Amino acid sequence: MEVCGTHTVAIRRSGVQHLLPGTVRLVSGPGCPVCVTPDRFIDEAVALARQGVTVTSFGDMLRVPGSRSSLEKERASGWDIRAVYSPLDALKIASDCGRETVFLAVGFETTAPVIAAAAMKALEKKIANFSLLTALRLVPPALKALIAIPQGDAAAQPPKGTGATAQPTAADTGLSGFLLPGHVSAVIGMQAYDFLPERRLPGVISGFAAEDIISSLLMLLDMHNKGIYKVMNNYPRVVRDDGNEKSRQVLAEVFEPVDADWRGLGAIPDSGLRLKAAYAALDARQRFAIQVENASPRGGCRCGDVLRGLIDPPACPLFNKACRPDRPLGPCMVSSEGSCSAWVTYG
Amino acid sequence: MCLAVPMQVIEIKGDMAVVESAGLRRDVGIMLLDKVKLKDWVLIHAGFAISKLTHKQARETLAIFEEGRFFG
Repeated sequence: MEVCGTHTVAIRRSGVQHLLPGTVRLVSGPGCPVCVTPDRFIDEAVALARQGVTVTSFGDMLRVPGSRSSLEKERASGWDIRAVYSPLDALKIASDCGRETVFLAVGFETTAPVIAAAAMKALEKKIANFSLLTALRLVPPALKALIAIPQGDAAAQPPKGTGATAQPTAADTGLSGFLLPGHVSAVIGMQAYDFLPERRLPGVISGFAAEDIISSLLMLLDMHNKGIYKVMNNYPRVVRDDGNEKSRQVLAEVFEPVDADWRGLGAIPDSGLRLKAAYAALDARQRFAIQVENASPRGGCRCGDVLRGLIDPPACPLFNKACRPDRPLGPCMVSSEGSCSAWVTYG
Repeated sequence: MCLAVPMQVIEIKGDMAVVESAGLRRDVGIMLLDKVKLKDWVLIHAGFAISKLTHKQARETLAIFEEGRFFG
């Protein structure tokens, strides 16, 4: 399984899966932070825009449908919603325009330190009309949930009586190893994946070129065949084995772990990030009264199962029929790094 | 999202730097890395330098972009 949207696209674009023998199957997991963001977050952003707040975001969030609307639709209705390349651009918008400006803080550990640094700049420059609506997520807790490692004291079991089934184990899901995200790993380092060998699962940190992916797959298969369970760094030109301590420090200065909801995976303890008390002034949820209804799941959409690697996109009844890149129903089709979008585009 | 671009540091201004690649220049934050120096090659993501590369590594990565092998 790979858990990085950029790997999803790189694999499908290169067509590597067509070169593999029938005994090897590449599965996409929850690798796209946009795709794992629940509907509720979009609903909150829409509610903010409708209050007249300037909403700034990475571009791929704009077309994601919430329970009733999307930011793109709201922008077409005249609300002030802007795509930005960097949270620093959002800070500049706030500083230049003087209106209340919110940045949608979405991403994994590659992006979290970037947003943390922008938050520090906001306080340093005393830009008071800037705040963050956070939905940051952490990769290792999601990997643990996928292979059903209990988080802390809580076992990976749903509450009794909900009718839901237990999280599948590595054996249930048939996962033999992980292709690990390149730039997330550049921040968190190899040590963040120590739980994988303990569960007899090899992991390879990989770059994004076709050659990187093929050599990483070879390493995974070699380890699997020899019964060697290690984490290996196959992207040393960018990833130091111990990651980037400075980035982690900046992240820890501004954010702390919090329980979070993942589309498809449900609630995972300590898998998200929230602003620490010293940065609470930047929390849009504390600054604004945001009213959203509880969303009901969209009929037929199987993004959740796609994100857990339980099905390939074509098994979703909506795939490429009701749900297409030009009129997506679920985030896996919206995001350029979602599995469904990659599958439609590259086959 | 992870598509970070190698660029070279041509000016340092406190915790920001001007980086350049293929004639394009950008102001980026460098506070996520230790000891960034002029002429260092860094990987840029969402307006910040997130990692350093050697000159050779940067050239190899840029060659992949230029050949279009990554973009297909």
